[in-house]
Amino acid sequence: MLKSKTFVKKTRSGGVMKIVREHYLRDDIWCGSEACTECKQESTELLKDACIESNLCSFPHYLVPDTNVVLHQIDVLEDPVIRNVIILQTVLQEVRHRSAPVYKRLKDIIHEKEKHFYTFTNEHHRDTFIEREPGETANDRNDRAIRVAAKWYSQHLKKFEADTDGLCVVLLTNDQGNKQKAEESGLLVYRFEEYIKSLIANPELVDRLALSNNDKNEITSSKVLFPEHLPLSRIQSGIKSGSFLQGTFRASRDNYLEATVFVQGEGEDSTEVLIQGLQNLNRAVHQDVVAVQLLPRNQWVAPSSVVLQDEGAAKDDAVEEGEEEKALKISAAEAARKPTGKVVGVIKRNWRPFCGMLNISQIKESTRHLFTPADRRIPRIRIETRQASTLAGQRIMVAIDGWPKSSRYPNGHFVRSLGGAGEKDTEQEVLLLEHDVPHQAFSQAVLSFLPKMPWAITPEDMAKREDLRHLTVCSVDPPGCTDIDDALHCRELENGNLEVGVHIADVTHFIRPGNALDKEAANRGTTVYLCGKRIDMVPELLSSNLCSLRSNVERLAFSCIWEMNQKAEILKTRFTKSVINSKASLTYAEAQMRIDDVTKNDETTKSLRGLNKLAKILKRGRIEKGALTLSSLEVRFHIDSETHDPIDLQTKELMETNSMVEEFMLLANISVAQKIYDEFPECAMLRKHPAPPPSNYDILLKAAKSKDVEIHTDSAKALADSLDVAKVDGFPYFNTLLRILATRCMMQAVYFCSGMDSDFHHYGLASPIYTHFTSPIRRYADIIVHRLLAVAIGADSTYPDLMDKHKHTDKHKQSALSNNLNYRHKMSQYAQRASVAFHTQLFFKNRGILNEEGFVLFVRKNAIIVLIPKFGLEGTVFFDSKDKTGPNLVFDEEGPTLSVEQHAFHIFDKVKVTISLDASNIQHQKIRMALIDPVIPGVSVPAPDVEPLAKKPKIDS
Amino acid sequence: MAGLELLSDQGYRLDGRKATELRKVQARMGVFAQADGSAYLEQGNTKALAVVYGPHEMRGSRSRTLHDRAVINCQYSMATFSTAERKRRPHGDRKSTEMSLHLKQTFEAAVMTQLYPRSQIDIYVKILQSDGGNYSVCVNAATLAVIDAGIPMRDYVCACTVGFVDETPLADLCYAEESGGVSSLALALLPRGGQIALLQMDARLHQDHLETLIEAAMTACKGVSKVLDQVVRQHLEEVSMLTGE
Repeated sequence: MLKSKTFVKKTRSGGVMKIVREHYLRDDIWCGSEACTECKQESTELLKDACIESNLCSFPHYLVPDTNVVLHQIDVLEDPVIRNVIILQTVLQEVRHRSAPVYKRLKDIIHEKEKHFYTFTNEHHRDTFIEREPGETANDRNDRAIRVAAKWYSQHLKKFEADTDGLCVVLLTNDQGNKQKAEESGLLVYRFEEYIKSLIANPELVDRLALSNNDKNEITSSKVLFPEHLPLSRIQSGIKSGSFLQGTFRASRDNYLEATVFVQGEGEDSTEVLIQGLQNLNRAVHQDVVAVQLLPRNQWVAPSSVVLQDEGAAKDDAVEEGEEEKALKISAAEAARKPTGKVVGVIKRNWRPFCGMLNISQIKESTRHLFTPADRRIPRIRIETRQASTLAGQRIMVAIDGWPKSSRYPNGHFVRSLGGAGEKDTEQEVLLLEHDVPHQAFSQAVLSFLPKMPWAITPEDMAKREDLRHLTVCSVDPPGCTDIDDALHCRELENGNLEVGVHIADVTHFIRPGNALDKEAANRGTTVYLCGKRIDMVPELLSSNLCSLRSNVERLAFSCIWEMNQKAEILKTRFTKSVINSKASLTYAEAQMRIDDVTKNDETTKSLRGLNKLAKILKRGRIEKGALTLSSLEVRFHIDSETHDPIDLQTKELMETNSMVEEFMLLANISVAQKIYDEFPECAMLRKHPAPPPSNYDILLKAAKSKDVEIHTDSAKALADSLDVAKVDGFPYFNTLLRILATRCMMQAVYFCSGMDSDFHHYGLASPIYTHFTSPIRRYADIIVHRLLAVAIGADSTYPDLMDKHKHTDKHKQSALSNNLNYRHKMSQYAQRASVAFHTQLFFKNRGILNEEGFVLFVRKNAIIVLIPKFGLEGTVFFDSKDKTGPNLVFDEEGPTLSVEQHAFHIFDKVKVTISLDASNIQHQKIRMALIDPVIPGVSVPAPDVEPLAKKPKIDS
Repeated sequence: MAGLELLSDQGYRLDGRKATELRKVQARMGVFAQADGSAYLEQGNTKALAVVYGPHEMRGSRSRTLHDRAVINCQYSMATFSTAERKRRPHGDRKSTEMSLHLKQTFEAAVMTQLYPRSQIDIYVKILQSDGGNYSVCVNAATLAVIDAGIPMRDYVCACTVGFVDETPLADLCYAEESGGVSSLALALLPRGGQIALLQMDARLHQDHLETLIEAAMTACKGVSKVLDQVVRQHLEEVSMLTGE
C-alpha cells in the first residue's frame, strides 16, 4: 500500500545548505466524493448532487479554489451557499504560510459538516505530485500542482459520468496566466468574480467579493499620491543599520492627519515618533507595524492640538493636499517639537474587518461609496456595492483589501450588515466587534466535545468523589443569574467548631485539556456581561445547566472545606472533588431576608446565619490587615421585559450578603493559591495587584488637600485608614468621591505564572498571594487553577502544557495564556463600560433634557468632568467651543483649579448641569452636559423647564 | 511564521507517511572483505555503515579484560558530510562518546558475550548521511554486521525512535520531525522475547503518555525486525548460491 519514491528537495537558507527530505507518494489517498465507487474510502465529504444554481454551470460541480482566491475571498467562501469545495493540500499549506487568521477560518469551514469541504492531500498522491522544474518559481509550481490536481479530479470523476449527470470540477482562479494554462489543458475554469456573479439565487454575495488587482486599476486615477513602500529586504537592512525605526503605528483619534509610531527600544525605554501629513503617513493604518525614517531636526514639529476629521464628500484623488494640511502648519515653539518622521514601509498589516457606516456617494448611480469606520483612528474606506440604498443607515462591516499608492483611500469590500444604526442589537454587535470579543456561536467542533444529553452522574464519577449531597448547601447570586458557579454551606461540628464549605462548579470535569472546547474557552478567556446580554465563555449547556449549581439537582463540584473555630480562625483546610445537591438558589435580597427574619429557623437559614457571622469576622480581620474598600459607581438598568429598553436605572445596592459571599470566595481563592503555589512553585497561575507608583496618587492627594484632608499613601493600610477618617462636615458624599478617586489611582490586577515573577502581592486585598478559583464557568484562569489543584490533590491527571511556565506567561509571546487572559479581561471590561454607556444614552434618549446635581471629579485645561451620583454617570462640560471664541480660561496645575471668567472650579465642587443626548453624529452619540449653576455669563445655560425625573417611569415614553 | 505542521488533519506527516509507518529500510550485508562482519543500512535518508572485528584477543590495555565474558568495544562516528552543515570533528565529541556508550550497552545485552571470555569484540559504526534516528539506524546496521561476523546473539536487536505529537505517537522520526520540538524516545528491543535492551529519552513527556509511546515503539521495532530478518535470509541465500551448496 505504500509506494515509496524518494525525491530530493533543495532549499537554501542563509549560507548554502542542502536539505534533503524524503517525500513519499501514496496510492491510498481517496477523492472524497460520494459519487466515486473506485476509492476505498470510509466516509465521504463531497455530495453526489453538488448543486449551486449558476448561469455558468448548470450541472453539478465541485469547486477547486486556488490559494489567492482562498486568501482574499474567505468572506465569500464562509457563506453557507458555497458547498462542496475541494481544498487542495497545496492551497492549505500556502494559506497557512501566508495568513494565520485566514488559515484558522478555513480550518473552521473544513470542520463544518454542513459545508462539505474536503481536503485532498494532493502533494502525496501518486498521480498529482509534481516536481519543480528548472527555472520554475515556487508559485508557478504550486499553480501547476493545483491544475494537475484539478485535472486528475475531472478525469477521475469522468469514470462515473453515467450516474452523476455530468459531475465535474470547476477551478476558480483570479490569475490570468493560470486561467489560460488551465483552459489549454481542457479544464473548466472561471474567475472567482465571474463565478459568483453567475450564481442565480444569491446576488448579495457579489458585494462581499474582495477587489482584485485589475479592479483597483479602474477605480483609481493614475496619479501617484503616495511614495512607494520600500521592499522588506531594504526595510530590514535599514532597521539593522539604524536608519529606520520599527514600531506600531497609532493613529490619532482627533486628527486624521496625525499619528504616532511607538518604537520599543532596548529594554524598557521606548520612544514615540510623530508623523504628520498624508504623505508621511503613507497609507499606514492604525495598529500596523511600520518602519519609519526620522526627518532632519529642522523639520520636526509639535503635535497640533487641532481636532480634524476627514469629513464631507469623497475627496478627489487629485485634490491639492496642501489645502487639507494647511491647518496643521502652525509654527510651534522649539521646545514643544518632537521627533518627527515618515513611514517608509509597512512590515505587517494588522487589518481586521471594521464596523462603521456608509456615506452614500452623491452620484445616484455610482456603485462606489465611502465607508466611515466607527473607530476614528481608521481611515475611510472605499467600497463597491450595489445595495447602497439598503445599506444606508445600517451598521456594516468592511474589510480592507489594499491601498494602492495612487488612491486617496484604501479599497475594501463589504463583509456583512449588522443591522440598523442605533438599534440595540446592532450596537451591541458593534461594540463586541470593536472590543475584539469573540462572540460567534460555538462551532461544531467545539460543540462535539459537550457531554451527550441526558446527562447523569455515573457510578464511576461517584466512586471518585466525595458524596456531599446530604449537606445543606445553598447559593447566593444576583437576581436572574443562570450561571451559578459557587455554593456555600456551614454547619456546626460536634466539637463546637464550624465546618464551612465553598463548592465551585467542576467545569474541568467537562472541559478536558487540549480539545477544541478547551481551546475555544482559552481563547475567549472570560464571559462578557453586557446590559441584558451575556457572551458565554463555554457553551450554554455547560454554563447554564450542567455546571450551574442549581437547586435540587445533583451537580459535580470542587469543594474547599475548612474547619473553623468560632473566631473564624482556620484550623484545617481540605480540597476535594465532590457531588452536591444545592438546597436553594437565593438572590442576595432573599438571603438577606432569611437572615433578618427571626421566625425562620430552617437548616438553610441557620447555615446562612453562621456564614454571615464568620464573614463579618473575616472582613474585619482583612480590613485590619489593610485591605482597601474602594468605590466605583455601578448602575443597574431596569429593563423593560418586552422592548428591552432601559426604563429606569439605579446604582447598585450592596447588602450584607454580598460581602458574605465575597468574603468566602476570597478565602477560598487565597487558600487555593497557597496550596497550588506550595505544590507547583514554578507553574502556579496566580493573580497579583501591584502597588501603584507614588506619582499615581498625586491627583488624590491634591484633591484631598483642597478640602484640608490628609491622605497617607505609604502603604495600603495607611491609605485605607486615612480614607476611613476622611470626612468633611456637611458633605456626606465626600468620602465616596474620595474613594472613587482612589480607585482611579490603582493599577490593573493581572494573571501571571509563579515561576516568571517574584512579586506576588495583591495590594487591594492586602493578601500575600491570590488567585482565581471560584468562577470557572466565566473565567478561564479558574479552569487552569482547578486543574492545578486537582493534580495537587491527586484527583486528576496532569498534561504537559499545564506544567510549562512558558506557555502560561511569556513576555514576548502574545499567544501566552496569561497575556491573552489579561487582554480579554481588559477588553471585556471596556465592552461592559461601553454597553453601560450605550444604555445610558438610550435611557436619556427617552427622557429628553434633564437637570441634575453633580460633583466636579476632575479639572482639565478646558473642561471639568462632572459625576452625577444619581446615575453613576460621568460627563464632560467643555468651556471652549470650536466655532466661537471661548471664555477666558486660566488653569492652575497646583490646585488644580480652572478659572472661567470670574468663577474658579475646584475638585468636589457641587454643580448643576443639564443632561441631553447629542445625536448629531449617529455613529458617535454621546451624552452632552451643560452648566446651569453656578451661573457664568456666556458659559452656563439657562435651566430648561423640564419636569424633574419622573417618579413613576413612563413605560410608553 | 508558524512552524511545520507535523501531523495534518488528514493524518499525514511531513513526508507523506501515516503515524505508524516506517521509512523505507534497505540493507546489505558483507560489504567489506577485510572485516569479520559488515553491513550497510539505509532507513529513509539516514545511512549507516557498520563493521565488526572479533572476537579477538584483547588489544590495547589488557587490564580491561573480563574473565567471564567478552568486552564489547563500540565506536560511533559521523562523516563530516553527513549533516547539512559540515561537521568539524567526525568523532570524539561528547555526543559521539555518549552514542558509543549507548551502543555498547545495547550490544552487551544482546550478544552472548559469555561464550568468549577474555576476548574483545569491536563494533565500528559510521553515519554517512544523517536524517534523524541516528541511534536506531546504527543499532540496526550493527546487528546485521554482528550477524555477518557470525557472533551468536540472543535475538536481533532492533531499534526505533518514536515521537509524540497531538496525542499521537509517530514512528521512526525523520530529522525535520526530530528538530520540530517533538518529545522523542529511542528504544532498542529484542523482539522475540519483547525485552528492552535500551530505552532513552531526554525530553519532557507526561507520564500518562509513556505507556502508549513505548507500545508504539515496540510495534515499530518489530516492524524493523521483519525487514532485517528478510535481509539476513536473502543474504544467506546469495552466499549459499555462490558457495554452491
